[in-house]
Amino acid sequence: MSEMKQEKNRTTKNLIITVAAVFFFFSLFQLDVISETFLASFDGLLGITSTMFPPTLDEPIDIFGAAVESLQVAIMGTVFGILFSILLAAFAARNLAPHWSISYAVKTFAAFVRAVPALIWALLFIVAVGLGPTPRILALAVNSIGMLVKIYAESIEEIDESVLDAVKATGASKFQVIMQGVVPMLLSTFISWSVFRFDINIRYAAVLGVVGAGGIGWELVRASRMLAYDQMLAITLVIFGMILAVEMLTRFMKDRVIQVNAKASS
Amino acid sequence: MAETVLELRDVKKVFSDGTEALKGITSTVKKGELVSIIGSSGAGKSTLLRSINRLNDPTGGEILFQGKNILSFKRRDLRQYRRHMGMIFQGYNLVKRSSVIQNVLHGRLGYMNTLSGGFGHFSKEDSFYALEVLSRVGLKDQAFKRADELSGGQQQRVGIARAIAQNPDILLADEPIASLDPNSSWNVMNYLKQISKEDEITTIVNLHQVDFAREFADRIIGVKAGEIVFDGPPAHLTERKTQMIYTT
Ligand SMILES: Nc1ncnc2c1ncn2[C@@H]1O[C@H](COP(=O)(O)OP(=O)(O)OP(=O)(O)O)[C@@H](O)[C@H]1O
Ligand SMILES: [Mg+2]
Repeated sequence: MSEMKQEKNRTTKNLIITVAAVFFFFSLFQLDVISETFLASFDGLLGITSTMFPPTLDEPIDIFGAAVESLQVAIMGTVFGILFSILLAAFAARNLAPHWSISYAVKTFAAFVRAVPALIWALLFIVAVGLGPTPRILALAVNSIGMLVKIYAESIEEIDESVLDAVKATGASKFQVIMQGVVPMLLSTFISWSVFRFDINIRYAAVLGVVGAGGIGWELVRASRMLAYDQMLAITLVIFGMILAVEMLTRFMKDRVIQVNAKASS
Repeated sequence: MAETVLELRDVKKVFSDGTEALKGITSTVKKGELVSIIGSSGAGKSTLLRSINRLNDPTGGEILFQGKNILSFKRRDLRQYRRHMGMIFQGYNLVKRSSVIQNVLHGRLGYMNTLSGGFGHFSKEDSFYALEVLSRVGLKDQAFKRADELSGGQQQRVGIARAIAQNPDILLADEPIASLDPNSSWNVMNYLKQISKEDEITTIVNLHQVDFAREFADRIIGVKAGEIVFDGPPAHLTERKTQMIYTT
């Protein structure tokens, strides 16, 4: 019986692999990927790569300023995003919402917001409020809300009510039940997702500079327009360094959170 | 004859969906007694226990504690009443991400003002007391671990410690060993009995297993379909009466 099943499984697997392979090669020809342009692009890439070295920064101080501005945009966008998400999540969570229709409405809104990419939000906000850091902050905040509302609301919905019963049974007040029961259950999920979102926002802040006329993304566009590939590489390296630094910072923060969590309860 | 600590008079509970879970429970519990409530699933054991500390509100009758009908209590009075009632749950119901000692300290919340309790500013005395209670259930070494790092039996002993930290007059335990293996069950019931005898704490335990009820209880109450159908010492619980309690 089980042998037959295994045999069947193997046949299915082989079939899938064959179909996938056929489709891959079909696509290769259909899209005309292996043509002169594809082969020629190697030459082009080689040419560009050679002009990238050595990476140079014309105005190093400006680049540094732009990097800091991107960082500020990311921080502001994340903080506003988190604050609004917490507020909205309280209405999106089924077990907290005053009525199920409100929960449904907020969740639908969040899903819609999530479906629109950050870049589009940035363009919309540029039209609405003009150039500068504000549209990028708003775009990041809104984009964060789309994701965080869903995650916060889900973790609120997963709260174990029987544990709250137990705290209530000790004679604890409502405030004490929330602070000593609800908060510890939510805190680490909230913090680790918020930190993760900050991580994403840093990357986006750099990219959004492309449309937002500012920040390090803008410097990258400027360099590419002038075909200054050596500058592009240098700017990319700065972005890379920035992201790496933040990565280390967020990891440090996460470790701290775990420690603080353990400490707070001693 | 020991004094009466709790008196139930015709306690009724009809849930909002119309389920009649308690159909008039009348009984008295004496100081230091270890009472076990037995009965088949859905008989109303949990509802009865949760009515005593008002985790659910009875829809009729009276429950008297220290001469007062606790069913009329609101907010402040209810909080103060609840700290006299330690509760132990089948699923332990610890705040899993908090430390063991933090969970035990929750037993002190009813004695603290709302703010300092909320922010977890427990006094030194409370912290030492919590450690002392933990060592009574053999968990002093585990005090600073996260609650969910402990085994089921250990977590239930933390549950006992949390209840004891309240300095309760009555312990309510709702199937405290239903999720444990026989060895841990034995161990947990032993701690429960030992503490209730040493501190003369009246203890009411819902139990699924009749054997454990016979072994540990001073008195057994059989509940069937929301009514008391047996009330007496374990010796009086014959095979026939047990069958009567469990057949529907
Ligand atoms: N919140 C509720 N809403 C409606 N009915 C309920 C609720 N809680 C319990 N009941 C019903 O009340 C009756 C008694 O339930 P209860 O939980 O007290 O039984 P129990 O004796 O503790 O059973 P078990 O041994 O399975 O824990 C059952 O018919 C149950 O379905
Ligand atoms: Mg029950």
